[in-house]
This record gives sequence, C-alpha cells and structure tokens, in this order.
Amino acid sequence: MATLWVGSRKGLFRFDDHGQGWQSAGPPAFLAGPVTAVLDDPRDGGLYVSLHHGHFGCKLHRSDDRGKSWVELAPPAYPKSDDPDAPALEFIWCFAAGGKDEPGVIWAGSLPGGLFKSTDRGQTWVLNEPLWNQPQRTAWFGAGYDHAGIHSICVDPRDPRHIVIAVSIGGVWITRDGGDSWVLGGHGLRNEYMPPDQAQDPNSQDAHLIAACTGDPDRIWCQHHNGIFVSDDGGMQWRESLEVKPSAFGFAVAPHPADRDRAWFAPARKDEYRVPVDARLVVTETRDGGETYASLSRGLPQHDAYDLIYRHALVIDGTGDRLAMGSTTGGLWVSDNQGSDWQLLSAHLPPIAALAFAP
Amino acid sequence: MAVIRFTTHLVQHRPVRAIDAPGATVAEVLAAGLSDDPLLRGYVLDDQGRVRKHVNIYLDGRLIADRLRLTDAVGPASEIYVLQALSGG
Repeated sequence: MATLWVGSRKGLFRFDDHGQGWQSAGPPAFLAGPVTAVLDDPRDGGLYVSLHHGHFGCKLHRSDDRGKSWVELAPPAYPKSDDPDAPALEFIWCFAAGGKDEPGVIWAGSLPGGLFKSTDRGQTWVLNEPLWNQPQRTAWFGAGYDHAGIHSICVDPRDPRHIVIAVSIGGVWITRDGGDSWVLGGHGLRNEYMPPDQAQDPNSQDAHLIAACTGDPDRIWCQHHNGIFVSDDGGMQWRESLEVKPSAFGFAVAPHPADRDRAWFAPARKDEYRVPVDARLVVTETRDGGETYASLSRGLPQHDAYDLIYRHALVIDGTGDRLAMGSTTGGLWVSDNQGSDWQLLSAHLPPIAALAFAP
Repeated sequence: MAVIRFTTHLVQHRPVRAIDAPGATVAEVLAAGLSDDPLLRGYVLDDQGRVRKHVNIYLDGRLIADRLRLTDAVGPASEIYVLQALSGG
C-alpha cells in the first residue's frame, strides 16, 4: 500500500497503490482550495495542509485519520504592530516535521519571510524572532511574489537543533541551536540577476529549493535560479555543477534518501521561458554527486509538452525507488524504478504545487 | 445592535449566519460579532486586524472608508455586509 498526496490549485487529491497500480481516491479534499504545502508527519501520521484562498487568506487544516476528516487550525500570525504596513501572513510555503525526539514540533516557512514553530501539532505558532530580526533580512526580496518567502526547511535527523532553510530571495540560513541564532550560509552560490559585483553575495541568492540526503544530512542539494549546487558541510559552502544538460534551470530537486551522490531534477528552459527544453519533458539524474547528469524520458511526453515542475512537485519516497512528479498543467507521473520509466497517472488535474508520499 | 451579514461563499468554510452585535464602529461590531469564532475572523481580517485585501465590507450600502482600523461609525440599526471582492479569486 502506497499513498501519494497531490496538492493542487483546486484541492488535495489522493492516489493509492494497493499493489495493483495507482488509482485516484476520487474527488479532492478542499475542492477549489489552492493547496500550497502538505506534510504527512512520519512520527504520528498527522496530515497538515495549508491553503491560500484568493479572498479569505491562508488557512491551515490537520487530519488525524489520514484525510477522512479535518480540523481547521489558526494559521501562524505575524506579531501585532501599529505600523500600517506591518506584515501579515500571505501563505505557508512549506512545512517540516521536527526531530524524532520532538513530538508535536512542526516548522512552517511563509511569505513574507517568517519562519514559524509549533510545539503542539499546529494548534499554536510562534514566529522565530532571531531569524526575523536579522539585519540582513531587510535586503531580502521577492521572486515571483511580492515578498520573500521560506520554501525549504531541512531538519537534521541526527540533531533537530541543526536546521537549514532557504529563502527566495534571501539565501541559505543555518541554525545549530534550534533557531536561537542563525548564520548565513550559501557561500559559493552564484547569481546572474544582480549587478556583477554582487553575484556571490550570499544574502541575495535565489535557491529555488534545497533538500538534504536523509542518510547523510550534510550533503544538501540546491536547485538554484542559476544552476545546480552541492554542499558537503550542511549548507555553508557550495560547489556548482557545471555541465548539466539539457538545462541547469529548474525548481525542484529530489535527493536519494540513502545514497548521497544521487539526486533527480526537473529541468526547464531558463528563466525567461520556464517550459521544457524543446517542449520535451525530462527528468535529470546524477549518480556521482553532481559531476554528470543523465536525462530520463521514458514515459514522459516528448513533444508539445509545456509542463513546468514546481519546487515541491518532484518527490521521492523513503525507499529511494519511487518518484512522483506533478506539473503546472496538471500532469501527474510516478516512477517505480528510480526514474527509468514513468507512468502517467493523470493529464487533467489542476495545476500541481506540492506532492507528498505517505511515509 | 448592528447586524453583520456574510457572503454565501463563506458558508463552505465556516458556519456563518447573520449576527447581531453591539458597537460604535465597524471594528467594535466585528470584534463582538466574531468573538465566538476566531477562525471566521481570520477570513475577514488579516493578522493586523485590517480588512483582507480581497474582501469588501459595506456599511449601510457604502464601502467602508477605513480598511486599516475600521473606524467607520455604526448606528444602532446599521447593516454590515462582508463580501468577497471580484479581484483575488
């Protein structure tokens, strides 16, 4: 039995494989609700979904019975202020479960740039002030949205006080004391959208997604706006993959959970286009730590394809065998053999923002 | 008592109905009327208590003037309508 949660522009869909192939579980939860983040907590089975309603704002829901029923929770809120321009939650961009020895701890990354922590399974939230009050935060800026946002939270399974986050646009930030203090990592990342003398500035790097190897959490992969980068020290220093075909541009990365040198990406023609190169949808895979990349295309559309894969829409399961990928044009594919062959589950879903395999 | 009425679009999210509530300003009426359902308050107002960008509030047939502090004066027989804007969908 395997389950895949599909967070889409029109609700949360569920696909199951009971051993006889993947099947849709039917109409979505939250029909018409734009899903922005999904967490299936491996510690207790709690299922968290955030929505971004066009009119009514960001909402948060949790299910304790695998999606049969939901309870709405108050979403994180920014501190009260008399400033007419004071920040307010725009939407939650990602969740992360705390450590195995931290039951109930959930992290949430948001726009406009706040990191929130809950210690009670999402009932209440507190803004991480040490990060919010970093002087360099005022130089963060939006990428695709009006404000900067936190889209990546890597909690070290060896020590949950070690957390690495990434901000679009605001670089890679690292804490080793559970969020009491932060240092700016991301050295070696390189951008092409700033004046040339600021290309190496760590605080203006647009990491589209960072994701760590579960079995070796100091190995972190970064699909950056301007390329693919690899870190071997938990996000402080990075080196660039120089030869990536058909493109080093993209949003997503899925690292193998055990093999530190393997990772999958969903390339696109670079940023002024954001469509598959030559209208052929492929996944790229490296098996040697980013030295070389191979294109995987069997089962994926090889002509007239304009699917873009968002940053949370290429995922791998805990075994490292099964991948899933969802697109902005509602295509959903699964591979049961590490990307060698892909099966189309649906070509007609709403735009897909986030996928999550059940642990 | 003023009365607060809600767009039917909210029904799919929260159990809304017309609410009678006291207060001299829109802020006071909403604070009293939404006190039983803090989650519903979050559908109308943002973290800072401002009217959400894509929500409109009408007071006796006119859009309220103060979307930041909701200081528009409310009479004892006033009607407040909470509607979704056509933007933001």
